[in-house]
Amino acid sequence: METAPKPGSDVPPKKDRPQAKRKKPRRYWEEETTPTAAGASPGRPRKQKNREPRPQKSKSAPIQKKPRFSRKPQVLKKPQEWKSPGPQRSLSGAQDPFAGPAPVPVEVVRKFRRIDKSKKLPPSKSKAQSRLEAAEAEEEEISVKAARSELLLAEEPGFLEGEDGEDTARIRQADIVEAVDIASAAKHFDLNLRQFGPYRLNYSRTGRHLALGGRRGHVAALDWVTKKLMCEINVMEAVRDIRFLHSEALLAVAQNRWLHIYDNQGIELHCVRRCDRITRLEFLPFHFLLATASETGFLTYLDVSVGKIVAALNARAGRLDVMTQNPYNAVVHLGHSNGTVSLWSPAMKEPLAKILCHRGGVRAVAVDPTGTHMATSGLDHQLKIFDLRGTFQPLSARTLPQGAGHLAFSQRGLLAAGLGDVVNIWAGSGAASGPSLERPYLTHRLAGHVHGLQFCPFEDVLGVGHSGGVTSMLVPGAAEPNFDGLESNPYRSRKQRQEWEVKALLEKVPAELICLDPRALAEVDVVSLEQEKKERIERLGYDPEAKAPFQPKPKQKGRSSTASLVKRKKKVMDEEHRDKVRQSLKQQQQQKQEKAKPTGARPSALDRFVR
Amino acid sequence: MKVKMLSRNPDNYVRETKLDLQRVPRNYDPTLHPFEVPREYVRALNATKLERVFAKPFLASLDGHRDGVNCLAKHPKSLATVLSGACDGEVRIWNLTKRKCIRTIQAHEGFVRGICTRFCGTSFFTVGDDKTVKQWKMDGPSCGEEEEPLHTILGKTVYTGIDHHWKEGIFATCGQQVDIWDEQRTNPICSMTWGFDSISSVKFNPIETFLLGSCASDRNIVLYDMRQATPLKKVILDMRTNTIGWNPMEAFIFTAANEDYNLYTFDMRALDTPVMVHMDHVSAVLDVDYSPTGKEFVSASFDKSIRIFPVDKSRSREVYHTKRMQHVICVKWTSDSKYIMCGSDEMNIRLWKANASEKLGVLTSREKAATDYNQKLKEKFQHHPHIKRISRHRHLPKSIYSQIQEQRIMKEARRRKELNRIKHSKPGSVRIVSEKKKHIVAVVK
Repeated sequence: METAPKPGSDVPPKKDRPQAKRKKPRRYWEEETTPTAAGASPGRPRKQKNREPRPQKSKSAPIQKKPRFSRKPQVLKKPQEWKSPGPQRSLSGAQDPFAGPAPVPVEVVRKFRRIDKSKKLPPSKSKAQSRLEAAEAEEEEISVKAARSELLLAEEPGFLEGEDGEDTARIRQADIVEAVDIASAAKHFDLNLRQFGPYRLNYSRTGRHLALGGRRGHVAALDWVTKKLMCEINVMEAVRDIRFLHSEALLAVAQNRWLHIYDNQGIELHCVRRCDRITRLEFLPFHFLLATASETGFLTYLDVSVGKIVAALNARAGRLDVMTQNPYNAVVHLGHSNGTVSLWSPAMKEPLAKILCHRGGVRAVAVDPTGTHMATSGLDHQLKIFDLRGTFQPLSARTLPQGAGHLAFSQRGLLAAGLGDVVNIWAGSGAASGPSLERPYLTHRLAGHVHGLQFCPFEDVLGVGHSGGVTSMLVPGAAEPNFDGLESNPYRSRKQRQEWEVKALLEKVPAELICLDPRALAEVDVVSLEQEKKERIERLGYDPEAKAPFQPKPKQKGRSSTASLVKRKKKVMDEEHRDKVRQSLKQQQQQKQEKAKPTGARPSALDRFVR
Repeated sequence: MKVKMLSRNPDNYVRETKLDLQRVPRNYDPTLHPFEVPREYVRALNATKLERVFAKPFLASLDGHRDGVNCLAKHPKSLATVLSGACDGEVRIWNLTKRKCIRTIQAHEGFVRGICTRFCGTSFFTVGDDKTVKQWKMDGPSCGEEEEPLHTILGKTVYTGIDHHWKEGIFATCGQQVDIWDEQRTNPICSMTWGFDSISSVKFNPIETFLLGSCASDRNIVLYDMRQATPLKKVILDMRTNTIGWNPMEAFIFTAANEDYNLYTFDMRALDTPVMVHMDHVSAVLDVDYSPTGKEFVSASFDKSIRIFPVDKSRSREVYHTKRMQHVICVKWTSDSKYIMCGSDEMNIRLWKANASEKLGVLTSREKAATDYNQKLKEKFQHHPHIKRISRHRHLPKSIYSQIQEQRIMKEARRRKELNRIKHSKPGSVRIVSEKKKHIVAVVK
């Protein structure tokens, strides 16, 4: 797969030399000049093709062997670096200057790679081994193909760049609105709703619909792109949180007492009395679970497809009002007043992990869509970013003047924080690296204190609910530009939505499968494999896979005397023994080295007690 | 300040008229498709459940014989034609598309012991208890003619089986000895024996067409080369082998249907250890036939069921039975590898799908893509316990079910005894014999 040094394209093969003098008929579109230097133009292989009737014959095959992708991402700009495969001959004699499949940058391929080769598998039989190898090769090929399909993506992400020295954080919303096209400018709006005061908001999964819930009972749902109102009601009760369920047709509202579910006409469909005094809602779209955190300290999972409560977990940490979900693995993160963040799955009564994040209570938690970074903010005015891949270590931290009360990640990894009546947005160099907290990307001051934040999926828009209403901010470069039509399509018709709903319900993931690593199901279960093997050996009374002791084969007449048989047997046994000794020696040396390393830094007086 | 906002033109994403297809842009970025593995798992689970729901393998029963069906033969050229011989000497030719008998011949007195078609499909041969070999035309007699065989050979002893060469006008019969006949002559070209016993079946190798295999009631399987006057080699098993079937794709592989409820797949070159022992039947296995792909074979058993085994697996993947089907005597896999036919004691020939849940008929491309995708998913998650349990579940008649339990207990007891013997004797004095080697008595060359 590596980019082998290719002697191919610019050095002409020697066998061409003798024929080079012959004058050849030339098409009018072909270049008139014969190439002089060795570092030739793209026209070079064309000549070679004309001389050699069948260039893909075995003679030139090793030279023209073409790697699947190159290591250089910018390779697209330099056609002369492309590996020329056997030049394609068309009927007209014209030659494709970009022959062969397009090269693919390594990073893109890596994004699509699914098999983690760093994990060691237990030694298997040769048959299984070869099957594994075949599967790996196939997987590699698929990831290359998938990476190549990125060429077909239609949209480019947005961006905002200041001129030299200009700080993008100084750019006001009004300036952005002025600079962008009318359609984008229409996405910026303010809803002045002072009466029903601070608002929570939620965008539907397609990013087309917006639900608002005011503290004083105002609930509304609208198609925010066309600004068409779907419903508006007052529930005459405090509204703590609001969430769309799997589609925009259903709306869950956490009211003062119980959890209510409305449809898009504002008709109350259910009142879930088993979920009372809910403070926060989270919907896990692939599991059809509505996770609710309550004042009483319970985390309750409600299966909205069948209406059953799947699990009610007591977090034993008092009132719960900080909750978010990890979109990568559907684990719910709860922030507690003792500064810890606990990770929950409905399959476990205990948290999967507890992370001590802050010295004071945790005020807000957010997890980015790839599930690699978690941002937390606490009463100690700190904003921290944690690595969620195994170690749970803080990557960066920053003290903010008044601490962030609300956090949200965008699809491309931008982090928004609500600090009082100001919204700050930080950006990183890419979605994978996480936001850098050094200087904000954008800031915006609102008419009231921030109460809810969410980036709109597939649009460069940040929705902010505050005490003065709702603001839709423009944040260029926040959203994923290319949506997948079968997953969440903002432009879907009613029929498409219905079809998608049936499909989604058919492949509803069971709640028991929620765990930290969602790919665990596709990996080799080494523990139970070894257990099974042990049990089998016990049952049979011997190991059927054990290597049989060497038995010398009988040789021709006269050469198979007992002495020679014993000699041969001994030879093999000695060799095996030597191998074993060699290996154990190597292991011992490695262990010694490992031991030597940690103490090497600085010897302490207490080292003498270490054994 | 340079700014660009994401701004999509809806015209690029919405179809223009109602007659168009909906536009579905795709983006295969893994972050847009989270929970890939759990979702695939659920899909695989659903596909497995649907497979069991749609598993309706029984297609048709061809009735008309007035005694048990003793032998079956495929037509080499026509998929729809099947020949069957019954225990009352009657031979019937069936049309499978119409599911009707198109011709009936009273061929022999007593059993029709064997039937085989000529490689060109113009005629077929039968042997019977009346010590004759008869050759018949495939098409019926014209109006006014009598139903008569093309040739009749009178032999000295009873013939118990017949098979035709795959390329030449030569056929082989078995009885007291294996005889090889030229079609034009009334005496065998050569006859081969090894010991004195009745040979129950003989089969030509479909690839190395000079090779034959036969099995006799003195528990052995004998291999012959037609070009030599003497047999090649033989292997003696614990119990009698009823018949053998050659793999049509691998010349040196054949499977023997044994009286001890097992089937043994042998490599011709190393007969001392079978490649695989196929266990699942609970009574003697009477017949075996390979799929044309050479990957699977079907076996008929005295326990009133037929089973489909993958060549490289020791357990069957499928079992077919019906309430009315009695001891299955003969079985054939059709040449398009889609159907299985079996003839049984209670005078019927049954037609089954080789793949129980397969949808018959023409599939649309979307259906085909969906089945392919589901197949791949099932393959990927086949070892997950939940999926494995569902896909392996079969309903069995009570007799077979209880027999399986019983035999499991017996096997367990035998194993325990063996373990105890090893435990209480001098280490190394009791040899552990693997299941494969256990049933082979000797190999003679």
